[in-house]
Amino acid sequence: MIDYWPLLGIALVVIGFALRFNPLLVVAVAGIVTGLLGHMPFLKVLAILGHGFNENRYVSIIWIILPVIGLLERYGLQERARALIASIRGATTGRLLIVYLGLRQIISAFGLTSVFGPAQTVRPLLAPMALAAAEKEHGELDEETVERIKAMSAATDTVGLFFGEDIFLAVASILLIQAALAGFGIQLTPFQLSVWAIPSAICAFLIHGARLLLLDRRLRAGTKT
Amino acid sequence: MINLHWLYILAGAVFAGFALGSARDAANAKRLGNVALWSLLAISFWFGDLIGDLGNGVLVLALVAIAGLHLLGRAAGETTSVEEREQLSERHGNKLFLPALIIPFTAFVGTLLFSYTPLKSIDLIDPKSVTLVLLGCGVLLALIVSYAWLKPPALSAIDEGSRLANSIGWAMVLPQMLASLGVIFAAAGLGTTIGALVGAIIPHGSVFLAVLLYGFGMVIFTMIMGNAFAAFPVMVAAIGIPILIHADGGNPAVIGAVGMLTGFCGTLMTPMAANFNIVPAALLELKSQYAVIRMQVATAIPLFIANILILYIAGFHL
Repeated sequence: MIDYWPLLGIALVVIGFALRFNPLLVVAVAGIVTGLLGHMPFLKVLAILGHGFNENRYVSIIWIILPVIGLLERYGLQERARALIASIRGATTGRLLIVYLGLRQIISAFGLTSVFGPAQTVRPLLAPMALAAAEKEHGELDEETVERIKAMSAATDTVGLFFGEDIFLAVASILLIQAALAGFGIQLTPFQLSVWAIPSAICAFLIHGARLLLLDRRLRAGTKT
Repeated sequence: MINLHWLYILAGAVFAGFALGSARDAANAKRLGNVALWSLLAISFWFGDLIGDLGNGVLVLALVAIAGLHLLGRAAGETTSVEEREQLSERHGNKLFLPALIIPFTAFVGTLLFSYTPLKSIDLIDPKSVTLVLLGCGVLLALIVSYAWLKPPALSAIDEGSRLANSIGWAMVLPQMLASLGVIFAAAGLGTTIGALVGAIIPHGSVFLAVLLYGFGMVIFTMIMGNAFAAFPVMVAAIGIPILIHADGGNPAVIGAVGMLTGFCGTLMTPMAANFNIVPAALLELKSQYAVIRMQVATAIPLFIANILILYIAGFHL
């Protein structure tokens, strides 16, 4: 007999996020409720929560970069990124982001997934450059356009990462696929799997690249969407 | 051997620095909350392995209370004005990029050196965390170079770091919280439940519909868990193996690899994947925390369709 009650935990997450409660609070409440509905005593749920938090500390290591970035921003790093892009002829927001997308995919395909990232490159370099390219072409930008370009910079970083990393043989997801299939007696090498990440990577480049060209066109037309 | 634990000591020191920097920020009326948040994280990084699972659980509850009760203040404004920054950036020129580029460069070159040259065999760095360890080395190197060159006030790295940290706030902890939610979801048997639900609606006789359900299941379950890794084993066991591979004779390499990538389309669309979707919005100080997700949906949906077609064509017709 399958127990459907723990599914309520998922519903709590969806409702909590939709009603815009503080996400940390939503996640903690959903976790505890799910555990209780799964017939675990409260202290056990708390211990699992703490154990999971402790085991996943590596997720938060990236923040050690903030002091360096903050320090350089104090000396005008973002302004320099803007000045640099303004001096390159023919640089548009879309073209800049396309170059970044390709670069991010290729470098991730070599397994170097944390070389670029939101804190490492997007905030200090990519987003200011994308904004400067747009300002150079189209003058002062309205607030909505600024938000749009910043968000697109972050989105480009993520798409490049996701659809590059699986081409690398030893990335966690390829190893997970290999292990999951091996559990059913299907033996595959990482190479056989990572080859099949290439068609999706190309599609991702074409689809997201096309959207970036559309962004350029939209900026030229000066229309809001 | 240098492993993740060395980095945890460094990260604990950085979070302790954020606590100190927040305490010095007299303009932030709620600074005690910020100090408490960063101090708890420093404790977690330094002593997480000593205080036991329950101790960590209590620590998590305290973090949640600080964020949930709105005890956090925003950072004070920037420490230099726009004009000053433009002057400084003019004076230092493009060399300002160098310290910023030291970090990715160290990670990039170092990873190549420690993965593909004889340096690999000296066992200096734990192979599982080479890039992260080198990223940490890059950060230290960049700090040293910046201080030697720019000669900033002694505590400015701490002040500037906590300025950024406090502008991101609780979002910095969210990815780690979601990872532990995933652990609870798994312990409560959610995977089995969802696998059984999906298994009950499998269409028989149509390969294309089965592929569509497999891909759709990957996307939805990934959106719930915030991570394709949790969804993959469940969907493979429910549909991938019994239907697509055994009954319909699909190519296992395609079903596996492209199935995972179809899940990644779901990762682009869910607030549960906070480190990719919510944190950048906070980091870029966007008005809506969902602005990045909104931008990604229009790539994710066509890419989902493309992946379904790749699954169907390459998996069954090549």
